[in-house]
Amino acid sequence: MVKLPIYLDNNATTQMDPRVFEAMRPYFMESFGNAASRNHPFGWKAEEAVDWARETIARSIGADEKEIVFTSGATESDNLAIKGVAEMYASKGDHIITLTTEHKAVLDTCKALERKGLKVTYLPVVTEGFVDLDRLRDAITDKTVLVTMMHANNEIGVIQDLTSIGQICREKGVLFHTDSTQSVGKIPFDVQKLNVDLASISGHKIYGPKGVGALYVRKKSPRVKLTSQMDGGGHERGMRSGTLNVPGIVGLAKALEICVAEMDTETARVRAMRDGMWKSFNAQLDEIYINGPDPLVKPEWRLPGNLNVSFAFVEGEAMMMGIQDVAVSSGSACTSASLEPSYVLKALGVGEDLAHTSIRFGIGRFNTQEEIDYTVQHVVTAVLKLREMSPLYEMAKMGIDLKTVEWASH
Amino acid sequence: MAYSEKVIDHYSNPRNVGTLDPSDPSVGTGLVGAPECGDVMRLQLRINEETGVIEDAKFKTFGCGSAIASSSLATEMIKGMSVDKAFEIKNTVIVKELNLPPVKIHCSVLAEDAIKAAIADYRTKQEALHKQTV
Repeated sequence: MVKLPIYLDNNATTQMDPRVFEAMRPYFMESFGNAASRNHPFGWKAEEAVDWARETIARSIGADEKEIVFTSGATESDNLAIKGVAEMYASKGDHIITLTTEHKAVLDTCKALERKGLKVTYLPVVTEGFVDLDRLRDAITDKTVLVTMMHANNEIGVIQDLTSIGQICREKGVLFHTDSTQSVGKIPFDVQKLNVDLASISGHKIYGPKGVGALYVRKKSPRVKLTSQMDGGGHERGMRSGTLNVPGIVGLAKALEICVAEMDTETARVRAMRDGMWKSFNAQLDEIYINGPDPLVKPEWRLPGNLNVSFAFVEGEAMMMGIQDVAVSSGSACTSASLEPSYVLKALGVGEDLAHTSIRFGIGRFNTQEEIDYTVQHVVTAVLKLREMSPLYEMAKMGIDLKTVEWASH
Repeated sequence: MAYSEKVIDHYSNPRNVGTLDPSDPSVGTGLVGAPECGDVMRLQLRINEETGVIEDAKFKTFGCGSAIASSSLATEMIKGMSVDKAFEIKNTVIVKELNLPPVKIHCSVLAEDAIKAAIADYRTKQEALHKQTV
């Protein structure tokens, strides 16, 4: 019997791996020292742990340990990268380029800079969520100081071609930051191969702890400088003051170490479950649509565990209520604080009617095939039941084109 | 967000799901909301043309659990009611009965609109019918 509830929201956060917890454990009570205490063994022990973590993380992404800055999470990393570059290079230019489908940590940071007078270009994406490289090239001006584009999208799992984006930025002499929260640890990530200058990393998306993250900051060719956003004791080579979160940092490093060591087997396992899920939905339901690249057609351009499907004529929140033992998320307005449907799906060209019917399944390390089977069965049952109740499904089946109906909007 | 027991009950066991023949002159159909807004309700009433009493009510709703529950409850409430009385139903009754949180009040408003739209449709049909016979 499958254990309920089932967690299938691994793009939101992940359960910590017990091995990570064990690695962190000594740094709460036994080795509690301040890594900045240079003159006693308590401090040395903490510093040793941080050094190990820094090296481990650097090695995992093809970087040097001096290029890792610890933060409180990816949101802070994004803020530090974008605001830090904008301030440091203010005399060089005042223009930033990003994507409409970025996470709010990037979009709202850019909006904050706009309020201070900077110019931001929000590039639209093409079908399936990809960056249009020609448009990017055209958007770069001599005032552009930074391009910030995510590696993998948190909602639709689309993976951007960072190597090409980075190449364009190199040619134009513009710095390139990527929010790699969803990708680091899940798919190969090498700062050299991907041509990135700054990259945001999060602990809790990779079976590590919450409240810790890192920012990769390139040290040479080009050397990136940042204006710190947190003033204080000058930790992290002045880029991020604040006593280091030693247990968190150890946890982040351990989590990443495990992800990299087990990436091949885990990707295969998670991808097989995801693909099986998509095939089963297709075999049992009509009028369903994939949001983002089709996992069976372009598996290399979609996060292995991510599936985002619109079940037409069935509103997302009602659906989630129908599968209450399965934790997923939806792009429906009803599930968001803003009462607006997902802006990512909108940017993709998904109509608002279909955005309201989208469900994101995030499959991860601790999910089993049994859980996937249970989920598929319950989703199918819920969709059939709710469509039986849906006036839109009835109208569509009668051949009425819903786009031609004059709706009494409220 | 936790749902009230009554919302869960109506969602799990919706009353009066179905379709009445919209071309029947004794049937009024109200279709409110829009797919882009995430909720569409269709409420149908069969009215006894002699007594003006609602003898049957059916609904189909595309929307969240609270929208489904609001329309299910609405059909339950108006069955056996006179058209004139049903026209007076306020959304606040639904809010209270289902214990809807503030973010879900629009679901009850939609149900009130659906009742009114269905009755208006019935009245228009009846007027047209009487004009024909005069």
